[in-house]
Amino acid sequence: MDNAIIQLNNITKKFDGEIVLDDITLSVKENEFVTLLGPSGCGKTTTLRIIGGFESPDEGEVYFDGKLINDVPPFKRQLNTVFQKYALFPHLNVFENIAFGLRIKKMDEHTITKKVEKMLELFNLKNYGKRRINQLSGGQQQRIAIARALVNEPKVLLLDEPLGALDLKLRKEMQHELKEMQQQLGITFIYVTHDQEEALTMSDTIVVMNDGIIQQMGTPIDIYNEPENAFVADFIGESNILDGIMHDDYLVEFLGKKFKCVDYGFGRGEEVDVVIRPEDLDLTPPGEGKLIGVVKSVIFKGVHYEMDIEANGFEFLVHSTDMAPVGATVGLTFTPDDIHIMEKGE
Amino acid sequence: MKDRTKYFAYPYVLWMIIFIALPSFLVLLYSITTKESNGLTTIQFTLENYKKFFDPLYLNILWDSIYLAAISTVICLLIGYPAAFIISNTNLSKRNTLLFLCIMPMWMNMLLRTYAWMTILGNNGILNNLFSLIGLPKLNMLYTKGATIMGMVYNFLPFMILPIYTALSKMDKALLEAADDLGADKKTVFIKVILPLSMPGVISGIIMVFMPAVSTFIIPQLLGGNKNMMIGNLVEKLFILNGDWNFGSAISIVMMVIILISMSIMNKFDVDKEGGARLW
Amino acid sequence: MVKKYLSKIYMGIIFIFLYAPIVVLAVFSFNESKSRGHWTGFTLKWYVDLFHDRDIRLAFYYTISIAIISAIISTIIGTIAAIGINSMKGKAKSLILNVNYLPVVNPDIVTGISLMILYIAFNMDFGFNTMLISHIVFNIPYVILCILPKLKQLDVHMTEAAMDLGATPMYALRKVIIPEIKPGIVTGFLMAFTLSIDDFIISYFTKGEGVTNLSIVIYSMARRGVRPTINALSTIMLSVVLILMILINKRTNGMEKAKKLKEKR
Repeated sequence: MDNAIIQLNNITKKFDGEIVLDDITLSVKENEFVTLLGPSGCGKTTTLRIIGGFESPDEGEVYFDGKLINDVPPFKRQLNTVFQKYALFPHLNVFENIAFGLRIKKMDEHTITKKVEKMLELFNLKNYGKRRINQLSGGQQQRIAIARALVNEPKVLLLDEPLGALDLKLRKEMQHELKEMQQQLGITFIYVTHDQEEALTMSDTIVVMNDGIIQQMGTPIDIYNEPENAFVADFIGESNILDGIMHDDYLVEFLGKKFKCVDYGFGRGEEVDVVIRPEDLDLTPPGEGKLIGVVKSVIFKGVHYEMDIEANGFEFLVHSTDMAPVGATVGLTFTPDDIHIMEKGE
Repeated sequence: MKDRTKYFAYPYVLWMIIFIALPSFLVLLYSITTKESNGLTTIQFTLENYKKFFDPLYLNILWDSIYLAAISTVICLLIGYPAAFIISNTNLSKRNTLLFLCIMPMWMNMLLRTYAWMTILGNNGILNNLFSLIGLPKLNMLYTKGATIMGMVYNFLPFMILPIYTALSKMDKALLEAADDLGADKKTVFIKVILPLSMPGVISGIIMVFMPAVSTFIIPQLLGGNKNMMIGNLVEKLFILNGDWNFGSAISIVMMVIILISMSIMNKFDVDKEGGARLW
Repeated sequence: MVKKYLSKIYMGIIFIFLYAPIVVLAVFSFNESKSRGHWTGFTLKWYVDLFHDRDIRLAFYYTISIAIISAIISTIIGTIAAIGINSMKGKAKSLILNVNYLPVVNPDIVTGISLMILYIAFNMDFGFNTMLISHIVFNIPYVILCILPKLKQLDVHMTEAAMDLGATPMYALRKVIIPEIKPGIVTGFLMAFTLSIDDFIISYFTKGEGVTNLSIVIYSMARRGVRPTINALSTIMLSVVLILMILINKRTNGMEKAKKLKEKR
């Protein structure tokens, strides 16, 4: 990659002999919003800490702007981090927290005041400079943590689950604010989260990780619509995952029936995972569906109904604006497009 | 970063080797060598010093020390538990004052406090003067075992009150309400809920009183007189007066072992390991 | 209601027990006669005597100077050591902590004689230096025990955050870690100071010709018998401690009140 600002090559990291990152290769372009997404323990935070310089990889290279930075300590790296629990300095007030990095650079008092004031304004914290950290709400502390990092004008901002401690409403607000800010300032964001919805809303590129391995990398739309394996399909949104056998290109068998699909290139008779999204399943009268099932439960979710429908011994999760009462026999239908075939994971 | 700051401990490790480990080793060495050992060439190993300790004379002193310390500990517990309980049940502003009043005497020199009791308990002391005022006969109180026990209770009572108080105040008040709610009367609540939950505090209180009590030599020296010797006095005498360092060292090792056993018992019960520092 | 009075009476008795000796000591420091039991009239002569007593003046000087020097040195060594110990792991850490605990749990008399044996083995002259070193030896563990919990409370990412913002490890230590653990350092210093002032047993075994401290003077006086100058001395010491304690308490109380007010706003 020529315009990659961060480039990781074959990074491997072990803690006490246990592999947490296994041969990670990843490149981040300038001004990109990249999200590392995965369940806890998948290695996403370790990846971020390696970029930040708080951990060093056992193998592999880290490049920043084309320069190898494996041995550069964190305080000499031109990137800043927003920590999970903010790690604000409780003995300093808001102003001094934001000014911390500027003071280290020995800027003159006038410039420091100007820059910090600008940050406070940007984050709607104008009169909070003299406040102590523990007098602020979680949302305010959050903003200060970001302001403290951004005031140093880093090329890359690393964010480690920065919204994890906030309540749902505040989270949503901050998601939009962060995205807007990133676009305005033109800074590269590398964002770690386990919340798939957050990742889908904010990112240009999502890197799905599990067990120290990158499972899939792509735009939110690609990741959602074309998950490469059952893990990604299951982790991003809800899925019905079935065992299937490929009979031919464009022909798959599951639940004892053969269906047309759009996938090809698998071996004949190869066992595969079949993924169908709950919202892709539609209810029909019993005679008209591709499968016939019985409604086991119905929950009203506001926009749609969430139903468990048992068909041919498999319990499908269905999201639909149509509703059938519990115990009703219904038909289930889907188009060849809705069937996603993927290789079986180990 | 974390990996590099660990080197900060290394100078202190050297310091500990010279001033903590080496002296302890020297005491151990003295305890297993003879008096005639003079330098490395003439060193002679022996267990005589430990055997000597089994002489009834010395065993009695050991027994006396343990006995007196144990009685003082029990008295401290009986007096201290209700006090801790009362303090933990007062409102917050008063509570701090009460705690402060409990700790204050500890900030005064222990020798002075013990000396003050000599003034009170002496043959011409205040108590005896009070007794004669109301026509009671004079009592011989100073230089008795009772005086020693009293001195220990006086000096170490705060060490009992504080850990029990800490355990009681940490207790979730909702537990008591839950017990009430489940139909337990006050007595049952105390026996089934409060007492078991305060056990860690009770145990660290017991150890924190017993440990200094069993090894003290000021209190028996000043209040118990020369007749009532405790193990601490014996060590002092052997080192300062008799110059029998080898036997003195053997007894010191025995004392260390007693203390370390008590400590390991405490560690087993103590939930938070930082317990030692919380007194302050 | 009855219970409330009962508990008040109980606490009253306990405090009488705890404070009676102290009050007696103070009252009799103003007593005319040498007798410890009879009140014969008011006098200040024991206080005057006290200031003319060369032994006591010297002992006072040694007590204070050793307390100050040993508290400063042990706070510095203890702080550095605590930071180091905090970032250690596993067996090495627990071994160091256990050895560090030894002077805390060991009976003072054992610590005292073991240091005495050490100084003799090294052929050191007993005096100011041996006493000072001994005080530092038993002070450091307490300083470490005061600081370690503060270090543990510290957000693990605090140092990283500082370095992320461009601070070198030393800068982070000076500007972030030390200010954060300052309460622990201050407590450690005060504790070292008071422990040193209060110490008798370890000083007793490591003192030298002509160098004593107040505790040792009190001990020898108490054994020799009646000397109301001790009462005077203890009254002064007690008053100083009391005033200090009240000041410290007021300061912390005041700070808490100010905090509460701020929170209300």
